[in-house]
Amino acid sequence: MAPGDLQRDANQSRLTPTIFALATGAPPTAIAIVRISGPATLALLTRLTGRALPPPRRLSRRTLRDPTTDDAIDTALVAVFPAPASVTGDDVAELHLHGGLAVVAAALAMLRRAGAIPAAAGAFTRRAFDNGKLDLGQVEALADLIAAETDGQRRAALGRTGTELAHHVDRWRTVLTDIRADIEATLDFAEDDDVAARPFDVADERLCALAGELRTIRAQTERGGRLRDGVTVAIVGPVNAGKSTLLNALARRDVALVSPLPGTTRDAIEVRVDLGGVLVTIVDTAGVRDTSDVLEVAGIRRGQLRAEQADIVVALGSTAFPNAIHVVSKSDRTSEGAGWRGGALHLSATTGDGIDLLESHLAARVSELTALGEPAFIAAQWQQAALDGAIASIETAQHISVAALVAEELRRTSLELERLIGRVSSATLLDHVFARFCIGK
Amino acid sequence: MLTFDVIVIGGGHAGCEAAAAAARTGARVALVTRSTDDLGVLSCNPAIGGLGKGHLVREIDALDGLLGRVGDAAALHFRLLNRSKGPAVQGPRAQVDRKRYRAAMLEAIAAEPRIAVIVADVVGFAAGSKTAIDTSTGPIGAGAVVVTAGTFLAGTLHHGRTITAGGRAGSAPAGALARAIAGLGLPRGRFKTGTPPRLDGRTIDWAGVDLQPGDAVPTYLSDATLPSERAMLPCGVTRTTPATHRIVRDHLDETPTYGGDFAGPGPRYCPSLEDKVVRFGDRDGHNIFLEPEGYDDATVYPNGISTALPPSVQAELLTTIPGLERAVIRQSGYAVEYDYVDPRALTPALMVRGRPGLFLAGQINGTTGYEEAAGQGIVAGINAARFAAGQSPVILDRATSYLGVMIDDLTHLGVSEPYRMFTSRAEYRLSLRIDNAADRLTPIGLACGVIGSARSARFAARTAALTEARARVAALSATPAALARAGIEVNQDGVARSAEAWLAHPAVDWPVATRLWPELCATPPDIADVVATDAHYGLYLSRQAIEIANFRADETLALADGICFDTIAGLSPEMVERLTAAQPTTFGAAVRVAGVTPGALSALLAHVRSAT
Ligand SMILES: Cc1cc2nc3c(=O)[nH]c(=O)nc-3n(C[C@H](O)[C@H](O)[C@H](O)COP(=O)(O)OP(=O)(O)OC[C@H]3O[C@@H](n4cnc5c(N)ncnc54)[C@H](O)[C@@H]3O)c2cc1C
Repeated sequence: MAPGDLQRDANQSRLTPTIFALATGAPPTAIAIVRISGPATLALLTRLTGRALPPPRRLSRRTLRDPTTDDAIDTALVAVFPAPASVTGDDVAELHLHGGLAVVAAALAMLRRAGAIPAAAGAFTRRAFDNGKLDLGQVEALADLIAAETDGQRRAALGRTGTELAHHVDRWRTVLTDIRADIEATLDFAEDDDVAARPFDVADERLCALAGELRTIRAQTERGGRLRDGVTVAIVGPVNAGKSTLLNALARRDVALVSPLPGTTRDAIEVRVDLGGVLVTIVDTAGVRDTSDVLEVAGIRRGQLRAEQADIVVALGSTAFPNAIHVVSKSDRTSEGAGWRGGALHLSATTGDGIDLLESHLAARVSELTALGEPAFIAAQWQQAALDGAIASIETAQHISVAALVAEELRRTSLELERLIGRVSSATLLDHVFARFCIGK
Repeated sequence: MLTFDVIVIGGGHAGCEAAAAAARTGARVALVTRSTDDLGVLSCNPAIGGLGKGHLVREIDALDGLLGRVGDAAALHFRLLNRSKGPAVQGPRAQVDRKRYRAAMLEAIAAEPRIAVIVADVVGFAAGSKTAIDTSTGPIGAGAVVVTAGTFLAGTLHHGRTITAGGRAGSAPAGALARAIAGLGLPRGRFKTGTPPRLDGRTIDWAGVDLQPGDAVPTYLSDATLPSERAMLPCGVTRTTPATHRIVRDHLDETPTYGGDFAGPGPRYCPSLEDKVVRFGDRDGHNIFLEPEGYDDATVYPNGISTALPPSVQAELLTTIPGLERAVIRQSGYAVEYDYVDPRALTPALMVRGRPGLFLAGQINGTTGYEEAAGQGIVAGINAARFAAGQSPVILDRATSYLGVMIDDLTHLGVSEPYRMFTSRAEYRLSLRIDNAADRLTPIGLACGVIGSARSARFAARTAALTEARARVAALSATPAALARAGIEVNQDGVARSAEAWLAHPAVDWPVATRLWPELCATPPDIADVVATDAHYGLYLSRQAIEIANFRADETLALADGICFDTIAGLSPEMVERLTAAQPTTFGAAVRVAGVTPGALSALLAHVRSAT
């Protein structure tokens, strides 16, 4: 290591704090894992164990002692992940402690006394991002992954934290750079025979294929959006039609009840259920009746809005919603039992008879909407905007014939793709031109 | 000791432009060169302008520089390149008479009373002062020095495998100056370039080649040039044959490139014949443009067959080219290898970092071409004069000009091969056009006093005419029905639109507009060009305006001079290294440094924001 590097490392350790956090749930747990990241990590570990560092990336048994009091805190398994091959790109250590309340509290207090700083929310991810370990899209996906409540969400987020989206964008950028290089060649080397022999054609197959792929991914992000945010089902109908009973019946089934969100009776009540791996939010809108209660009017209005925005509407005892799933409840009072009759599903929310029919029907509609099984991408708002922009500029480019303007539209496409990840400089573009053409003056 | 405000070393394209620019701002200038014959020498082909390069010429002209005027005065053939591809990518080019070019340049320099041409060989920097020099005729002092030594720093000439010291055929290299520059400890590299054999035009079979006349109505390099009656000459076009390529292949090991004499790369876009044959072996021929070198000079420059093959092989391969079978070589082609300074050692004012008052411009900074050299010359000349006068530097950014694009590329990204301008280097290409070069740059030139009185008066008139024309196209209007009556097919949506809006329609160009609105006939053609093109690109220009605003916002986030990136929290050693090498002067420049991650940029942004 050159003296300059040492100097720089010293500077870095002064500037980048060493952070720590409990990586497992609230104690007591069977094991508690404390993760430490930052330039002082390795030195810290040596002090806490009083021994040489264990070999990298291997769990080793060590007794942890408080360096100020020399009290033993726990016999733990420790592992070190030296920079840059670690999750954050900085030196990282993990302490696998016995998960009792007292042990964990003592360990965290000891780390603080030793000079490390409790990590703020997202601090580890931020370090990984700063060290170029994650791009913005991956950071976003990681956050989604941590927050994922259903299996479909988890899979979609995983697809993105991996290199899948980055991989696609990389390939698109290569194709686009090739196409742009062809166009630029016709503009910057007009005189040259070899280039003039291949005029650029906007019906270029590569361009059509690229536009098609972008549209496909855009559709996948729409599905992904439904996976992340879930599908909303609104139950609508007049007061006392039995909407709440139906909601409860759906929620009481063996589908996992994710979280009941308390609402007011005047407003909407929501439950979130996992239907076939998709998060489904079922909303019980306030019943429609004539009232002069200001609060209630507002609640009803909100309920109607919610119904308008819902992906699926279940209409109970009402025919006012044309595209809804029509349900006739309280079938326990009639003799016919549950089943589809006259375009409506007859069921009894009280006995649960026919609820399975509704549930499987809902599940089918939900999987239609999310097209589970087909690839999905969860994209953040800004990523979707970038995709939309890229598609719009490519489509415009396909409809103009002036090369300088096609070039400008495709430059915008590149910028939008850059917004998704990384970027391309015009030097890269020129490299492509020169690799493939013989250019004279 | 002789003292001046500014010393310019070297009388090539960069040197002449730098000296003239500094003098126009009022500085007293010493132009030190080895011979007055060096002024206006075109080392390579007898042409000025072209794609991208034509933009640079117009921008230099807009700053009242010499290249365009001198080129027009010497031209024997004009061509507007990319005529059919739209105004943003058109580039004017002129073939010039070499002797006339030199005479016109000499005249332009002589016309500037504040320039003293001093014939001497510069051997180094004077001890004790950062801005005084030692020459073969004694020391000279100044407030600022501009070095424009071209291909002369430690230059070697290669004819086949024979190597001689030299900066250009017939000129000795600048050995002492090269050592003095090396002594400054600046990072350097080696590049090579080449030139074709010069032919005796009387021995060319002109009947055996195609003739290409120039444009009937010339597009001049300078907007100050008045039409002339001078007769124009055609150029010839012929092509290499498979037999030519065979000979080249047979003798490859006798060339410096493939024999292994060269350390540095050459320009990919101006490849030697041997490079073309090796890299594009599948082609059965490459074009050769036969360019006349003068009205009373039979020498012909065969553009396209730059070569460093041994002279005897050069003669042999001509026999395989239609029209050149019996051509006699007047001067053999050769290659030159030379030192350049990594331009990342310079500020965007082209001043050496950590060496106040010392400026570098031209091929010494790793560029190739007259226009690139002259463009740096004018910027370095202005800034050297300002430095000597204690004024702040003038920096052109990427949104103002190709000059700004070039200098930003050079000083931030550096060079990996000789740098040449292309329109695709300019992201705001639709906004940076030859028709509006004056509007973009003359105001900046006026503010720093580099514009002479004649151009200044012309520009005032132009601005008034432009304002009037813009108001007129905004005020005049027509309905779709009126256009239909005039025989122009447009969508009949019944909505009346302004002339400006109609000009954005592909069917409505300026001649059509003058039929619809005869009031527009009086608009001068150069003004009409700007107004029509702005309207034509309108949608794109307004989008670019937003992009430019964002870009400028990044550019105004200045990074402190000599910033230590290793003191910024959150930057990895690799990012520190990249940024330290590039020395971005603004946050915007850091964004453009290759390989800098979004994470590093966010850390840098946090730093800049907290520092201010
Ligand atoms: C063989 C050759 C082939 C080329 N081929 C091409 C090409 O194919 N395409 C292209 O675009 N460009 C080409 N060029 C480049 C083009 O000629 C240059 O880019 C341009 O001329 C550079 O201008 P400049 O002002 O930087 O340097 P130059 O025009 O080289 O001027 C340098 C000046 O400095 C003077 N000088 C040097 N040292 C000293 C000293 N110690 N004391 C006093 N004066 C000194 C010299 O006498 C000379 O007048 C070629 C150049 C050469 C030599």
